[in-house]
Amino acid sequence: MMMESRTREIKDSPGMWERIKKNSLVQGWLVLLLALFFGSALASVQLSLGPKIEMNKLNETLSKVPELVLGASRAHEMEAKNQELGIEPMTIEVNKNNKRVLYNVYKTTYNGEINGWVAKTSGQGYAGSIELLLGLDPGMELITGLFILDQKETPGLGNKIVTEQWRKQFINKPTKNRLIVVKDGADAVNEIDAITGATISSKSVSNIMNTAISDLKGQLISGQSSNR
Amino acid sequence: MADQPTATERFIQGVLPENPVYRQLLGLCPVLAVSNNMKAAVTMAASVTFVLLCANVVTSLIRNLLKPHLRIVVFTLTIATFVTIADRILAAYLYQMSKTLGPYIPLIIVNCIIICRCEVCASKQSVFTAASDAIGQSLGFALALSSIAAIREILGTGMFFELRVLPAAWPDWVIMALPPGAFLTFGVMLAAINWISSNK
Repeated sequence: MMMESRTREIKDSPGMWERIKKNSLVQGWLVLLLALFFGSALASVQLSLGPKIEMNKLNETLSKVPELVLGASRAHEMEAKNQELGIEPMTIEVNKNNKRVLYNVYKTTYNGEINGWVAKTSGQGYAGSIELLLGLDPGMELITGLFILDQKETPGLGNKIVTEQWRKQFINKPTKNRLIVVKDGADAVNEIDAITGATISSKSVSNIMNTAISDLKGQLISGQSSNR
Repeated sequence: MADQPTATERFIQGVLPENPVYRQLLGLCPVLAVSNNMKAAVTMAASVTFVLLCANVVTSLIRNLLKPHLRIVVFTLTIATFVTIADRILAAYLYQMSKTLGPYIPLIIVNCIIICRCEVCASKQSVFTAASDAIGQSLGFALALSSIAAIREILGTGMFFELRVLPAAWPDWVIMALPPGAFLTFGVMLAAINWISSNK
């Protein structure tokens, strides 16, 4: 250090040059330049592809909305007749234990009349979070459909929650009572059959639905007391 | 540099003699994680090819500017950039597949095959050699990944590329589609290849 400060005093130009070369910013000029270049490249990729990716996500949700409200056969029938369902996206804010929870809800209308609701919700599964769409009738009395948007459950076991065979048992379940997952054959109206070897995944899905239903029931239908 | 392998040698070595998975035991995370069906395996192999080729070419172009103590930073920066591009492209054009692969595409950043090729070949040799090295190694990776994926998909679900190849009576060996199946298949394949090559 002493040597270096002395060289500066006598303005020894080769010494100065050495010092500049040892400066970490100068040493890293390539890294800085590349970071700048790659950064702008990534920004332009994001600018050009970002809207398309958002569209993919939205399209997946919107394409599922009709069958979640009407059921698959009725939805195909309407599509064949070129009848289109009005889908109105909205954000519902729910206050729960002083915490604000936001729900993306789609109100579907046909010829000006409400014929159902689709709510997007998510929660913890067995492995990672499960994101799903939940269809409800206009009065929120019955579940009209369920679709799993995103899940990371065990392949071969828990990921069977995406199969139609398992999901269809939720259709026409009343929302009055909480859904309960049972292992030995569902009897009561609010009972759901667990997937063999994946009880936790099955319970996660029905709990996510229970929470969303109790959160939204009072919010969407004004004047009706909520049972949360 | 007379002792460096030529472009053709680099290419051939990558495919079998120095196969990244079976010979160097590199890049095993995607080999174990996304090898339960062929579609995912092929997409993963294509993404790795894209990243490896781009990273090798860029590294080779700037090889004379690299400082020894900063080279790993430059490699990582380059690889991360191309991985992010690959991830965004998949999300935009193959949305369902990008959802299936989940975190494994971003994880290509830490795939040792790529940083190893930047270090061993691209930072020392010409752009052409680096590109042919990248293609050879990617081909080797694709072969290894799809060999395991083929076995796992066929035994685990009776299907190949989601088309049924085994009779419907086949009792799907679910374990083959689960993580243990990956370790079992990889171990057996590795043993078989070592046994064959030691008998030569």
